Amino acid sequence: MEFSLFSLVRQAFGGAAWPRQWRDAEPKPAYDVVIVGAGGHGLATAYYLAKEHGIRDIAVLDKGWLGGGNTGRNTTIIRSNYLRDESAAIYEHALKLWETLSQDLNYNVMYSPRGVMMLAHNEHDIRVFKRHVHANRLQGIDNEWLTAEQAKAFCPPLHIGGDARYPVLGAALQRRGGVARHDAVAWGYARAASAMGVDIVQNCEVTGIFRNIEGAVTGVDTTRGTIQAGKVAVVAAGHTSVLMGMAGVRMPLESFPLQALVSEPVKPIMPCVVMSNTVHAYISQSDKGELVIGAGTDSYISYSQAGGLHIASHTLAAVCELFPSFRRLRMLRNWGGIVDVTPDRSPIVGLTPVPGLFVNCGWGTGGFKATPGSGHVFAATVARGEPHPIAAPFSLDRFRTGHPIDEAAAAAVSH
Amino acid sequence: MLLIACPWCGPRPENEFHYGGEAGIARPPDPSAVDDAAWADFLYMRSNPKGRHKERWRHQFGCGRFFNATRDTVTDRISGTAKP
Ligand SMILES: Cc1cc2nc3c(=O)[nH]c(=O)nc-3n(C[C@H](O)[C@H](O)[C@H](O)COP(=O)(O)OP(=O)(O)OC[C@H]3O[C@@H](n4cnc5c(N)ncnc54)[C@H](O)[C@@H]3O)c2cc1C
Ligand SMILES: [Zn+2]
Repeated sequence: MEFSLFSLVRQAFGGAAWPRQWRDAEPKPAYDVVIVGAGGHGLATAYYLAKEHGIRDIAVLDKGWLGGGNTGRNTTIIRSNYLRDESAAIYEHALKLWETLSQDLNYNVMYSPRGVMMLAHNEHDIRVFKRHVHANRLQGIDNEWLTAEQAKAFCPPLHIGGDARYPVLGAALQRRGGVARHDAVAWGYARAASAMGVDIVQNCEVTGIFRNIEGAVTGVDTTRGTIQAGKVAVVAAGHTSVLMGMAGVRMPLESFPLQALVSEPVKPIMPCVVMSNTVHAYISQSDKGELVIGAGTDSYISYSQAGGLHIASHTLAAVCELFPSFRRLRMLRNWGGIVDVTPDRSPIVGLTPVPGLFVNCGWGTGGFKATPGSGHVFAATVARGEPHPIAAPFSLDRFRTGHPIDEAAAAAVSH
Repeated sequence: MLLIACPWCGPRPENEFHYGGEAGIARPPDPSAVDDAAWADFLYMRSNPKGRHKERWRHQFGCGRFFNATRDTVTDRISGTAKP
């Protein structure tokens, strides 16, 4: 069914219950393309494969429920003001798609470009952010430098005072940056893909990848039986090393728990998104009124999907210093997701040494913002069997050829 | 927070330690003798297993020494630590 003002009004006045938005499919014995991972990136890949490349015999398999990985666990910050041209191109491609995504999917993903402000607390931050502002101007991407007073004017609850251990010395602001509703992104892509015939199969863990005598992929083994496939696309975030290991491919990835928290809901107080890499705090306010707070990763690799309490309390200390008026808020929930981190903090989108096997991973702590762009260029890559021009620099092979896209130094630790 | 047994100092809280990554990754003795793939493997590829992991830790705010640990990456339980 189509969402419109008309359908909402009709439903409000006693229409039948809203129908299911996508089919909870049973796996078929064979597909043209099997996508492993029903997170935002996997679902978007399926959607663009069906919509733009006419490939509709697709299964998206997930070991849990759709959107239950990092897609449903992240703090939803969206921006495109990265340093390197390659990164700016892929994140800006995504940002442009965000701007029309709700209309495209006929599903409200609640994209809200309320501005993302990144705080500078020391001389190094000032130089790095100004460098970003200049680089972004050359790339045609909006990003502007604010003084501390301008930052305070843009975000009144922010404390910039000199008594802070890390006073705010200025900020970089991307006004087109913002947030979107994470679950709605997964649901919207799932609904639109399912309507075009894509099978979304939940509770179906991939446990093996089959290859023929030439080494090419022929299908996958799952907890719900074997499935033949012409092409297999792994889009499994923190579990990518495990899956690629099934095909004998070693990956330049390490998986770390990354945490987030939400406060009790309060009236609107945070007008924008504020990020501070230096003191490690990421904060915005959801439409429900909860403050959504992103913390750091644990120092060691883990699949525990929890994370140490000291990591979260460290971030809360930073938030309390930046926003003294939040000090008495209680935290309602905290959780973790497993993020797949590459050595250069840039994603891997493209072909693998195994014919017919494709991978989209390494988005680490910051891939939600890329969801539409990543799915779009990855679908083209899978359909054509060669990298989309925007995806090309993000090849797995770049680590061998010596062409890393270093956003680590540029973006501090997190995205 | 993990409780980690330094082989020299005994059990101490995690924040006295610095994680040192996967253990047993040896730098090729003659870097120019290996090809790009082997060099990339040494520099970047990691086993990143879901399960038993051999890793290095340094007791940074203690005795300052490196040691090896075996930890399960699903439960985070450390089954043993040993002097290098
Ligand atoms: C706490 C936190 C905060 C974050 N904040 C931000 C932010 O503010 N902005 C931003 O841009 N990014 C952020 N990120 C990163 C972002 O969430 C991810 O980069 C992005 O959501 C990855 O999407 P995905 O679809 O690739 O992965 P996921 O949504 O994790 O999907 C992968 C799916 O693969 C499935 N899977 C794994 N193994 C198997 C298997 N063997 N068989 C079948 N299925 C399998 C999983 O169940 C999962 O559903 C954050 C992440 C976390 C954890
Ligand atoms: Zn010690």
